[in-house]
Amino acid sequence: MPEKRIVLKNCQVIDPRDIYTYLEYDGFKALTQALGMTPEAVIAEVKASGLRGRGGAGFPCGLKWELARKSSGVEKYLICNADEGEVGTFKDRYILQHDPFTLIEAMAIAAYAISVKQAFIYLRAEYHYLLEGLLDAIEQVKAKGFLAHLNIEIREGGGAYICGEESALMDSIEGKRGEARFKPPYPPSKGLWGKPTIINNVETLMNIPAILLNGARWFNQIGTDKSKGTKVFSVSGDVARPGVCEFVMGSRLDEIVVDWANARDIKMVQVGGATGGIIPYSMIKTPLAFETVLGSGAVTVFDKSRDTLDFVSRTVEFLAEESCGKCTPCREGTEVMLEILGRLTRGDGQQEDIQTLEELSNVMSLSSLCGLGQAASIPVMDTLKYFRNEYETRIKQSVFLRSLRGQQWQ
Amino acid sequence: MPRKVKVRGREYLLALLREEQEKAGYISEQFIEQTAKSIDLSISEVYGVATFYHLLSTRPLGRNVIHVCKCIPCCLKSSQLVVETIQEKLGIVPGETTLDGRISLQLINCIGACDQAPAMLLNHELHGSLTPAKIAQILEACP
Repeated sequence: MPEKRIVLKNCQVIDPRDIYTYLEYDGFKALTQALGMTPEAVIAEVKASGLRGRGGAGFPCGLKWELARKSSGVEKYLICNADEGEVGTFKDRYILQHDPFTLIEAMAIAAYAISVKQAFIYLRAEYHYLLEGLLDAIEQVKAKGFLAHLNIEIREGGGAYICGEESALMDSIEGKRGEARFKPPYPPSKGLWGKPTIINNVETLMNIPAILLNGARWFNQIGTDKSKGTKVFSVSGDVARPGVCEFVMGSRLDEIVVDWANARDIKMVQVGGATGGIIPYSMIKTPLAFETVLGSGAVTVFDKSRDTLDFVSRTVEFLAEESCGKCTPCREGTEVMLEILGRLTRGDGQQEDIQTLEELSNVMSLSSLCGLGQAASIPVMDTLKYFRNEYETRIKQSVFLRSLRGQQWQ
Repeated sequence: MPRKVKVRGREYLLALLREEQEKAGYISEQFIEQTAKSIDLSISEVYGVATFYHLLSTRPLGRNVIHVCKCIPCCLKSSQLVVETIQEKLGIVPGETTLDGRISLQLINCIGACDQAPAMLLNHELHGSLTPAKIAQILEACP
């Protein structure tokens, strides 16, 4: 399926520091239109579009809004999740740099639909250099009178991957350690400071103005059965042309990696960041959508010179460092996995290592509190599935090396 | 203090800590104690937050802080070479500060600049597509 720009339509078209250029390209038309509708009608339109969350989980956006709208209580919050910490993901950075106005307009529409007066943009600390541009954009929108019904504040993180997880994100805004919460209750009923809260990813929100302007039916016709619209991908690794691109949902991986990014000699591709699935070259024609693999849209390409074990142990090292430590399966599981993988890469593996990794994976995915622990084993399990021989070779080498040293055990 | 004010005072804890990090270069025990008192939290609560976030440090750092990305996309583009170049030029390994207190070198997880790998942050500014020559220039420009 082809490249199509809905989310990125204004990027490198408008001047992100000048609201007038945005107004020239239909800026704030969608908001004006929404304010002429009932909030229920706005939500119905988003619901009918089939838009799903772009942060990784894919929860239906309209349904989320409806749940929050129906939640009782006057005080409600809207949070834009701009804490993209997923390894290999930089699409939100690109969007915030090139088109902050669409995001602000979308937040204004969302706030009207759910009747929220206070919104936050949770910006990751590593993107501190984007803060000034964002604040300036908000000021410009305010000065034009488009934010009469909403106050938008930016809250910066402190450098923690887990804070991209919505419950940890809320804890971080509340000034606590960013640790995942037990669910339920879910944020639309009990979120920030216990009040109904909607948390949407930057990219999800970016779709809203286009949906209102062109109608839910237009959006609904783009993409696959269960994944509507487009997806922005962050392509990096062993490619000739790294960068951000937007494709219709259901596009094949090779269209992005080979045709768009000019990758050669591909061994495997990881889709969706550190906890994303691994696709070996033999399956390069896999369509990318919520039905198959997607995640945050990170596409990291590895060529044939790359060692699988090295990649997996680095990934698990990342997850072990970033585990918030609240639940045992994730805190301890990632550490033990890292220990085993470290042993394997150093040529000191043991026969039962593969079995232990599989058992650990099961426990972690079943019993971890949040997505980090639940999905931490995916890169391990996927590489065991497709590149098991590399694990087995390492173990054989380890046994041989030990025999040279005169050590008997296994 | 009414409960609501207490709860909302806490809201600014992370911002307060970040501000101190910028100003003093680290979060001292003294600052943790003061802050805990001023927003009516226990010292351990404040310490817990100060040590949770990677960009906050409870040890003094140099006037300039370099964070070299060590995640996979940067690794694939030889981020190790970036670290080695800095190590060679400054004589410090990751986690250390030069003796004159000018530069600290740290490793960091994905900074979302994978399209410009290998990349690093210098005092929050992004520097991408690094080469040894570029790194030398950047280091020289550090005050």
